[in-house]
Amino acid sequence: MKYYALFFFLCTCFGKIAISQDSSLLHMLEDSMMTDKQGGRVTATFKGTHIINTQSVETPAKGVLLFMIMHRFGKINEGAYEFFGLDNATMRMGFDYGLTDELTAGIGRSTFQKTYDGYLKGKLLRQSEGAGKRIPVSVTALAGIAYTSLRYSDKPYLNAKYRTSYTVQLLVARKLSRNLSLQLSPAWLHYNLVPAAVDKNDVFALGMGGRMKITKRSSINVEYNYLPGNQVNSFKVYNSFSAGFDIETGGHVFQVHVTNSQGMVEPLFLGRTTGSWGKGDIYFGFNISRSFNLSRKH
Amino acid sequence: MKKFILYIGFCALVIPAASAQVYITRTGVIQFFSKTPMEDIKAENNQVYAAIDLSQKTMAFSMLMKSFLFRKELMQEHFNENYVESDRYPKSLFKGTFTGDVDLQKPQIYNIRVQGVITLHGVEKSISTPATLEVTADGLTGTARFNLLPQDFDITIPGIVRDKIARQIDVQVKISCKPVN
Repeated sequence: MKYYALFFFLCTCFGKIAISQDSSLLHMLEDSMMTDKQGGRVTATFKGTHIINTQSVETPAKGVLLFMIMHRFGKINEGAYEFFGLDNATMRMGFDYGLTDELTAGIGRSTFQKTYDGYLKGKLLRQSEGAGKRIPVSVTALAGIAYTSLRYSDKPYLNAKYRTSYTVQLLVARKLSRNLSLQLSPAWLHYNLVPAAVDKNDVFALGMGGRMKITKRSSINVEYNYLPGNQVNSFKVYNSFSAGFDIETGGHVFQVHVTNSQGMVEPLFLGRTTGSWGKGDIYFGFNISRSFNLSRKH
Repeated sequence: MKKFILYIGFCALVIPAASAQVYITRTGVIQFFSKTPMEDIKAENNQVYAAIDLSQKTMAFSMLMKSFLFRKELMQEHFNENYVESDRYPKSLFKGTFTGDVDLQKPQIYNIRVQGVITLHGVEKSISTPATLEVTADGLTGTARFNLLPQDFDITIPGIVRDKIARQIDVQVKISCKPVN
């Protein structure tokens, strides 16, 4: 009996030793890893550099050239004769280049009012989580300039000064979960020329947007840009609302959406959206981006 | 009876002495390669934690998947976001044993065989691979090379990029461990 008890004791004793020896090695690693672990940056808040019309907090990495085509057909309510808008189109062609991982320079040309645009976009804060320092949101600043080159035969005196407008926008986003990201984007616009004296040159707008991933490589995107009243008075403007669907494959991001804005540059869609969802002024469109690595990392 | 007590006493003496033969590193290197005619993909993690217990002939690895660095930033993002889902499964682990004799007194390269369980993308898979252990002046250097199949770890590769990602991923391990005191 004594022997049995001893044998049993011995077995449990050895068993414990064996188990602890086996896993202690891994535990030792895990423990030292925990103490060393730093806060990780949250990546892929959005798939594209644009939610739909609004820029997102994302920028291309250093040395990456992003080529983007934004395309909007005509209004759906133009009817069957215009094939529900598909007969007409406006587009913007743009290039973004990552000067660093944080700073991007972009240029673009829209067919809408023959507008050229350029901007600088810089990441100021990046959302971080984990044991180290935590930052709740990613913040990217956008400073842009747009130049409308459309010829006005009746107003030949409108020189470059009158044709220019400026955008300063703060993009504040948080990836709430692996699927849901939300962005708040207050913007200040300055138009050098406004249609009438009752219109303000300085316009403030508040953008909101988000994406909800539905599979690993696709998401539903929505954005709404609120334009407070008493800023644009000489003609009827509406708040810009857009909804769409993103698909990502390798270096491409393909976005299809519907929107009531025809312009694809901030001064055009934030303060000059004349389309109304209620009246069916809905533009079907898509954005396609392709990234090219011009310089090699490492 | 006496023999048993003696035996226990002996074990109690030997085990603490034996566990002193643990070697560890926090800067091990694991690289993986995917070669296809369409695209070559290479990633490296040089913050791999590894430990080898010579007396027990056990070893363990632990690494953060986010520490794998790619040539292209976008590839790295897709690797973490779509393939290994490092937000959900941040770590990859290995726990195993090895066979083969390693004599600390003779500095040379020893061929060993490692077997154990890899945990990646939340899936456990046992593997067995030849490896080498070199006894050096200040520690132990280990190398290994083996293939892993993404589908073994429930990592699905969509049809559109199927031709750009190799069926078998070539994994290369190199660790230089120092004794733990």
